[in-house]
Amino acid sequence: MSITIALAGNPNCGKTTLFNEITGARQHVGNWPGVTVERKDGIYKKNREVTIVDLPGIYSLSPYSAEEIVARDYIIKEKPDAVINIVDGTSIERNLYLTLQIMETRIPMVVAINMMDEVEAKGDRVDCQKLSRILGVPVIPVAARTGKGLKELMEAAVSTAENRQKSREPESFDEKLVSAISSVAHALGDGDPEENRWKAIKLLENDEIIQRTVPSDKWAAVEDLVKAANKAAGGDAEAGIADSRYQYIAKLVKECVEKSQKGRQETRSDKLDKILTNRILALPIFAGIMYLLFACTFSENFLFIPDLPSPGVYLAGIVEEVWGAVADGLIGAAEGLGASEWAVGLVASCLDGIGAVFGFLPLVLVLFLLMSFLEDSGYMARVAFVMDRIFRHFGLSGRSFIPMLMGFGCSVPALMASRTLESEKDRKITMMITPFMSCGAKLPIYAMFAATLFAGTNQTMVVFSIYMLGIAVAILGALILNRFFFKSETSNFIMELPRYRIPTVKSVVIHGWEKVKGFAVKAGTVIFASTVLIWFLSNFNFSGMCGMEESLLASVGNGIKWIFAPLGFGDWRASVGVVTGWIAKENIVATFGQLFGNVSEETIEAVMAGEEALPAITEVFSRVSAYSYMAFNLLCMPCFAAVGAMKREYGSWKWTLRAVGFQMATAYVVALLINIVGNLL
Amino acid sequence: MTLRDLKPGQTGRVTAVGAEGAMKRRIMDMGVTPGVEIRVIKTAPLGDPIEVNVRGYELSLRKDEAARIRIEQ
Repeated sequence: MSITIALAGNPNCGKTTLFNEITGARQHVGNWPGVTVERKDGIYKKNREVTIVDLPGIYSLSPYSAEEIVARDYIIKEKPDAVINIVDGTSIERNLYLTLQIMETRIPMVVAINMMDEVEAKGDRVDCQKLSRILGVPVIPVAARTGKGLKELMEAAVSTAENRQKSREPESFDEKLVSAISSVAHALGDGDPEENRWKAIKLLENDEIIQRTVPSDKWAAVEDLVKAANKAAGGDAEAGIADSRYQYIAKLVKECVEKSQKGRQETRSDKLDKILTNRILALPIFAGIMYLLFACTFSENFLFIPDLPSPGVYLAGIVEEVWGAVADGLIGAAEGLGASEWAVGLVASCLDGIGAVFGFLPLVLVLFLLMSFLEDSGYMARVAFVMDRIFRHFGLSGRSFIPMLMGFGCSVPALMASRTLESEKDRKITMMITPFMSCGAKLPIYAMFAATLFAGTNQTMVVFSIYMLGIAVAILGALILNRFFFKSETSNFIMELPRYRIPTVKSVVIHGWEKVKGFAVKAGTVIFASTVLIWFLSNFNFSGMCGMEESLLASVGNGIKWIFAPLGFGDWRASVGVVTGWIAKENIVATFGQLFGNVSEETIEAVMAGEEALPAITEVFSRVSAYSYMAFNLLCMPCFAAVGAMKREYGSWKWTLRAVGFQMATAYVVALLINIVGNLL
Repeated sequence: MTLRDLKPGQTGRVTAVGAEGAMKRRIMDMGVTPGVEIRVIKTAPLGDPIEVNVRGYELSLRKDEAARIRIEQ
């Protein structure tokens, strides 16, 4: 018999470690439908009939965040055969709050008290048998990091699932509340009585989502009863319910947990935190860690040593070299077989498409090994703690700092880094503005224009001002999105600061691997297809293969150039540049080299490095329109690889297209303003 | 007085949570309910948010949010 077991627990309770331990590498990672919340499924490694669903980490089943809604919908609607509720034994009071709420749903469940090794090290004791007797559900002590107790846990969970042994309603509510719950449940009428009782609790908690599910003919009766209950509870049944759960927990803890007599002792984590968030040291340490994160991934002069590649750049170099050799070999073989010119071209473009995906993998891998180290160690929460003061003014979380910083290297891993943001709104907005951070591939465009049109002026200032423009537009964009498009969603900062822990190698590696695989598979198809499509458009017209000047792309460029006329660059070659830039932004320079005088590859390299000018572009560009063009390419849709990463993270085309639309509109407006204002000056 | 008025190292007992809607629910879900003891640990390097200890774990919240939590010492 195949059974499904869901894992539920607070963030930082060791749920992911436990999931990795019981499923091994058999995992599937995706998104829950319609939201940017990660869904992980796996198979129990000792019994392939058992599917494990890792629910997002949550503190409560109230509809506060997308995570909580996803988790409770899964429990209520999909009804897994059993839920394993993981409780962090070191902060048992807050964790049991979720336990009681899961029990209220009456789903068959098993409680795992995790981190028992740490509890014992502190000298505390948890009487799991007694807790199990009182709660009426199996309670198993485990230590996920060492694997201790996991076999017993899974046996208990499987037998609970097989026996469909429902959990019982917790005895957390007093008589008044119990009778209020009963009367509201009764007023809801027919339907599953247990589900009605759960709904009744949620209605007393003023749960807007459940309110909407009440049939209109029952609403009046329900509303009266809820009002009466509020009155009986001194005006606030919602507070009364939360309060009675915590009071019940206090009783449970008194009965079942023996706290060591050592009292409140300073732990190693406390000592570390005193340094890491120290008033004076916190910011320098933070800057240092962020520098390392960026430099390890992107730097070509790692740790300021000239020409020493960082791990990310080094690996990317190897991948590029190996893939280049493979591609050359395959193209040679195709030519050897006597394939026609277009067939060889097609092979070459397909190989380019695959190469474009491969090229990003080392960056994604290195960044995520480091990010998951920061996440698992507990420092990520401190990033938010330190940066919140600044970022809240833009309506963002302090954690948005990391994706935005990484954006200066490459948008692909940067967009994927937005996964660590706590709120769905922050994730969505951050992904929209991260590509405004000028990535490494955009620099050759600025170099070309600076050397050609801004020679004799302060070229560095020109380039620097473009970077600043990106940051300014990102901030403004965040404010506008918050103000007009996400206005109903409140932002607050009530967040746990977990204790510092040394991450396990296994969980860091699994996380890194997951990201690489996810990017290659989910983003890879988008990147590959669009690269081949643009190759086709730029090498063919209706009569066959041709140069770029006569290609379909040139016709497209001619057809759309009027759109760009108000921005100052209504020229077909400039339009074609925008399109080839979507394969990779630095392609714009190569395209211009080809279309403006067909210069050699060496010249193009020199132009990219800013060492040589490309005088022919002055036919089309003035200083103002060059600046407008740089701004447009900085802000418009990022390269296909980044769009692929967005698609993977949003999990939907709808949101991906919204983001691209927002970026295109922003780019157009900003470039238009530059052109108008620039020409007035 | 409110939680905002406590200095690092000081302890208070929560008497009421004055916030509304989602914020109130969140504060209570995180274990800040009437009667619970709460201790301020420190202020973030830029002056806001603050870190408190409640029910045996560390929680951070903004000063504006702390101002909605009434306490007695």
